[in-house]
Amino acid sequence: MASRNDAAVSPVAEKVGQDSARVEISGLTKRFLTPAGEVFTALQDVSFTVEPGQFCAVVGPTGCGKSTTLSMVSGLDRPSEGSVKVGGREVDGVTDGVSFMFQADALLPWKTVLGNVLMGPIFRGVPKQKAQASARDWLRRVGLTGFEDRYPHQLSGGMRKRVAMAAALINEPRILIMDEPFGALDVQTKAIMSNELLGLWEQIRPSVIFITHDLDEAVALADRVVVMTSGPGSVKAVFDIDLPRPRGSVQEIRFQPRFIELQHQIWDSLREEVERAYARTAGGTA
Amino acid sequence: MSTTSTVSAAPVKGGAQPSAAAAAKRKVRKQAALQWAGRIILAAIVIGGWQAFTTWGIVDKFFFGQPTGIAKRLVELFQKGTENGSYYADIWTTVQEALIGFVLGTVSGVVFGIALGQSRYLSGVLGPYIKVVNAIPRIVLGSIFMIAFGIGTLPKVLLAAVLVFFIVFFNAFQGVREVDPNILANAKVLGASELQIIRHVTVPSALTWIIASLHSAFGFAIVGALVGEVLGAQKGLGLVIKTAQDNFDPNGVFATMVVIAVIVLGAEWLIGKLEHRLLAWRPPAPSEVSSL
Repeated sequence: MASRNDAAVSPVAEKVGQDSARVEISGLTKRFLTPAGEVFTALQDVSFTVEPGQFCAVVGPTGCGKSTTLSMVSGLDRPSEGSVKVGGREVDGVTDGVSFMFQADALLPWKTVLGNVLMGPIFRGVPKQKAQASARDWLRRVGLTGFEDRYPHQLSGGMRKRVAMAAALINEPRILIMDEPFGALDVQTKAIMSNELLGLWEQIRPSVIFITHDLDEAVALADRVVVMTSGPGSVKAVFDIDLPRPRGSVQEIRFQPRFIELQHQIWDSLREEVERAYARTAGGTA
Repeated sequence: MSTTSTVSAAPVKGGAQPSAAAAAKRKVRKQAALQWAGRIILAAIVIGGWQAFTTWGIVDKFFFGQPTGIAKRLVELFQKGTENGSYYADIWTTVQEALIGFVLGTVSGVVFGIALGQSRYLSGVLGPYIKVVNAIPRIVLGSIFMIAFGIGTLPKVLLAAVLVFFIVFFNAFQGVREVDPNILANAKVLGASELQIIRHVTVPSALTWIIASLHSAFGFAIVGALVGEVLGAQKGLGLVIKTAQDNFDPNGVFATMVVIAVIVLGAEWLIGKLEHRLLAWRPPAPSEVSSL
């Protein structure tokens, strides 16, 4: 297993070596003013690092500010305190070389599949013919050749996710941010999509921050799992996942003893938080 | 359409498929025939009743007209024209005024709607004033335009444009506000500039709303042109109606009403075509796929 792992890493080593893909989050705090005029602290002193080319999963109970963290890494939102550094430079406005995959559909319903994948290059001013060639190439990679002229509403949920994946990866981002990308899919489709994501990630090897509720998914995909607490959100623990790569099928890895061991460790840490968050929301509604 | 056939055929096995599809088609055709029968009967009752009541003298046809009288008047109008000249010229004048007003109102409504929808500051500053202007009965502006610009075409065009503007404006504004925040965030992360966001995201998204408003907007354009003509004109359907009113000629009023209805229906049909073309990306509405 170990030798296979080395062989898989070496072809992408030079790309991984680029420090420009390191994400350093330090002392990140975000406060909001509620409509009632109160200050609500969503994030409190969050710090963790994603190494270049690393796949980092973030798990935590509902409402712990995971998505808020992501919007600040992408530059869509600004922190109240602390900083996010991408490749050593502080994030200020939308960061170049970042792609985002959302839980909800973010495809343009009025554009065809090809048109949607074309968005990235066109916004960057790539000539149309070159952009089209690369869009077709990416559609082929996600297995959607022949669907170029369909509109999103004509596709299944899994196919729409593939389009979103192609649209996110076509710019060959240094950093890929994913906010529960497969949260709305059924279990089988989710497993297939996870495998495909791993395959594509290994091709271009961006740093990934991947939010999920699904601990199995987090352990199966990631090199590092960050557990967050809720109210206000902060980092509780960071686990490094030493399962060798390439990991093969996501469905099968979960039967390996090491997988089960890690899953248990993380769940012990997460359970307390989930129970506390649940008690609070249940108490709030009662 | 493909969904309909697959859904209907799916549970049926092998050779039974054609007959099942034929039965389903027959059912749909029968429903359509029944619907048409209902429509024709309803029209016969309303028009026939009107004719009967006026013939029997229960309703005075001197005040309320009579279907046969309206038909006769209509033929007269088209063949002999009015005392002011050709009826066709009247129709053309009104259509022209309404069309120019419609285009003017739509373009300015879309531009202002999108601009204000984009800018929080602009909409904050202008918002209350627009509410005030919207509360004013704008049809009265017709009198102002008449005083300022005389009885030519211009005041009618302006009145039509003002009526159209507000409908289109509010829809465009709302359309911009309804843009999916996820789509917007995605476009920003992909590196879209402010202008690219407007072109690829905001405008197409608002288009659904804008086009929906155009259906009622053309009706308002015609109303603007007509009211302008009633207030004072040398040509146009509004003038024909005014003259008919002054001559105690209800059939003349109704005849012109019929002509206007035909014009609006025609415009409606064209706008429907446009809608179909521009919004081809939308999934078919549930009513378009008939359940069996």
